[in-house]
Amino acid sequence: MHIQVNDISKKYDTKVFALKNISFDVNLSGILAIIGKNGAGKTTLVRILSTQLLPTSGLAFIDGYDVIKEPQRVREIIAAVPQEARAIPWLTPIQTVSSYLMWRGLSYREAREKGREALRILGLEKVENEKNRKLSGGQKRKVLVATVLASEAPLIFLDEPTTGLDYLSRKELWELLMEMKKNRLIILTTHYLEEAEILGDLIGILDKGKLLDLSDIQSLRSKMEYPYSIKIYDRDIKMVVNGIVKDVSDGLQIFTNEKNVYEIIPKLLEKKIKFSVQEVSLSNIFEFFVEEGVQDEEVLEPNNGFNSG
Amino acid sequence: MKRYLSQIMASILVNSIYAMINYPVVLINTLLAPLSILAVVTFASHGTLLPVAALGALIMNMVQSGTSMQGDLSHLKNDMKLQDMIVSSPTSAGIYILGMAISEIVYSIPTLTLLLILNFIFVKISIFGWLTIFLDMILIFTFSISLGFFLSTLSSDIVQSWAFSGIISPLLTTIPPVYYPITYIPYPWRYLSYLSPTTYAAEIAQSAAGYVKLNLINFALTWIILIIFTIFIFVIALKKSRWREI
Repeated sequence: MHIQVNDISKKYDTKVFALKNISFDVNLSGILAIIGKNGAGKTTLVRILSTQLLPTSGLAFIDGYDVIKEPQRVREIIAAVPQEARAIPWLTPIQTVSSYLMWRGLSYREAREKGREALRILGLEKVENEKNRKLSGGQKRKVLVATVLASEAPLIFLDEPTTGLDYLSRKELWELLMEMKKNRLIILTTHYLEEAEILGDLIGILDKGKLLDLSDIQSLRSKMEYPYSIKIYDRDIKMVVNGIVKDVSDGLQIFTNEKNVYEIIPKLLEKKIKFSVQEVSLSNIFEFFVEEGVQDEEVLEPNNGFNSG
Repeated sequence: MKRYLSQIMASILVNSIYAMINYPVVLINTLLAPLSILAVVTFASHGTLLPVAALGALIMNMVQSGTSMQGDLSHLKNDMKLQDMIVSSPTSAGIYILGMAISEIVYSIPTLTLLLILNFIFVKISIFGWLTIFLDMILIFTFSISLGFFLSTLSSDIVQSWAFSGIISPLLTTIPPVYYPITYIPYPWRYLSYLSPTTYAAEIAQSAAGYVKLNLINFALTWIILIIFTIFIFVIALKKSRWREI
């Protein structure tokens, strides 16, 4: 699935740009996770690409079809679950999924068959005739995901599909999405960074309507000056390090580069201090990209004897 | 063609058939409003206005379809976000609205059946008269559905939508002379009633049944005004409502 976005901007009545000159070109089967704070422009971007909203300026193409001028062609190959979409309470899961498939043009019979199959894949076959209002929050979300899964559309938009779900329900959905992403592109927005890191083959970082980066997690890490994180479970240690030091709840966290990791570790081993080393997480990357101050890569000097150098 | 039928059927299933199957209590809801006014007018007039009120109940049923559609569309759009899902699918705005409009008729089939039986029993008219009433009902239905669609695009939440329903229903059905002849309204109030398209629909139905005498010019004028009302609101609905937001 090929998506080209050229200079898309969106300005609402408030005259504030919800999106500003967004451009990217993606040719992918898998998951494109879009992350950003509330109001970063994630939903606006998804709504424009899924033909629900017109941009103020710019162009977008999905598999060569113009999103602005050829919405009917685009709609044949996409399916979307909007943010805050709810499974209609008076319907059952099978009625929900099959009706949606009929709106996509399938006959009643085909829609029921495909609907049943999608609900089976999602483990909802036992509740397919229960009313949606009786289902748990996780099951209701799964019903919505089942509608787009059953559609077999090659491009699926899921706008914050796991918001409000408990960890286990989210994990179940993640497993499902990992299955679903084979042979199609899923554009998923989320503010759960862990979710984007686990699921995203590509990750787009939006902030204040601007696309700060769009790459895979390794490329994002490689853009970091300090791509490693050392967690030290001791606040009283005195040592000079090259990197960024942050106070965390149970100790200190040092962001540094590979060379420094090899310098720091022997010292920690020598002092018998408990520590762990890992590549920076998407949360760390996101903070560096987005949060004020950190994005300028300032060197912090906490008053705990740890000196940056 | 098969595809369009499936898409229309989906709207009918979701908005009426599944609702009726899963919550049979909704059937009583559609019956109550037209029948309660019919009963009040009939008892208050010692039965003399029963045939006129039976025709009025038919008109109210058609208008109620529009107000229901307004509520249903805005609920599905604002609370369920279903409309956004449909926008991002091969279903076009026209087909979705057509399906929803038909679903409102399907939803009111029990009421419609009862009202038609009452009308066949108490309103004695020719086949031509019934044909006139049928066309009259189609026009007022188109008017109310267009109005309902237009208002649904304006309402941003269910509370606003309830307010619209609360305004439309009395303004179009309870206050105008739908359940009784217009001659019951004294001047100058009678002029005010001509602001409502249902007054014209009621006049056409009542004259087709012989309860109101209209000369040819007035009869033609009544039709023309009702058609203008319907076309006007239909065009406004088409122009002002947006499937894809800007």
